[in-house]
Amino acid sequence: MLNRLTDTLAFHGQALALRSERQQLLASNIANADTPGYVARDMNFAQALQQVTGSTSAGRALTTSQSGHIGSAASGSTAKLVYATPSQTNLDRNTVDMDRERANFADNSVRYEATLRFINGNVRALLSAITGQ
Amino acid sequence: MSMFDIFKVSGSAVSAQSQRLNVVASNLANADTVAGPDGQPYKARQVVFQTLMAATPGASDSAAGVRVSQISEDQTPGRKVHDPKHPQADGDGYVTYSNVNTIEEMVNMISASRSYQNNIEVMNTAKTLLLKTLQMGQQ
Repeated sequence: MLNRLTDTLAFHGQALALRSERQQLLASNIANADTPGYVARDMNFAQALQQVTGSTSAGRALTTSQSGHIGSAASGSTAKLVYATPSQTNLDRNTVDMDRERANFADNSVRYEATLRFINGNVRALLSAITGQ
Repeated sequence: MSMFDIFKVSGSAVSAQSQRLNVVASNLANADTVAGPDGQPYKARQVVFQTLMAATPGASDSAAGVRVSQISEDQTPGRKVHDPKHPQADGDGYVTYSNVNTIEEMVNMISASRSYQNNIEVMNTAKTLLLKTLQMGQQ
């Protein structure tokens, strides 16, 4: 019973971990904007989330054998990394497009905050269900 | 917690960009210096950036910082100006100035300061998000 209650919470937890990883990826791209030969990387978020949760619906979460387990969203995620296609080529073979990276970074932070709000809303709903008021 | 690595990544980028800015300042300051007693004028310096992958095991490889791998010296011959009255003039009356291109250095400076600002903003955003994450579940 409690498992069902926390399933949604677990799903959003996975999403939050992935968002933070993508945020780090975009920060790396922005940091390497002037490094010769650096190739910009990004993550296919929908695919990554599907891989981690094993499902497209929000109802299912990663299976864990013990109650204390946290799904491994950050580890083993290298397969999800893709190289961003360069829009304007550079002489030093750097493929970071600063406009795109900044836009993605802002987009990702808003979505991170949205996921945080979902989690907070879930917690609030669970608490009000527990206290029964 | 991968969000904390953003501070390492952006911090390394900020430090690399400030080193670049330092080199630009040094070049601009020496733009009009003439050859010293050894006959060698100041040579323009440029930083070379290199991607710095996370060295610690277990850290995800999405974190890629920056470091200055070397500082290279521009080997093009210095600017020669005919000025026989100058105390540093050679036998033919030419004075050798440094090979700094002021316009290039100014462009370099603007580019470095923009990159610096970008990375500071990234750190600010990461800090805001982490602070909000800390308040998760609180009413």
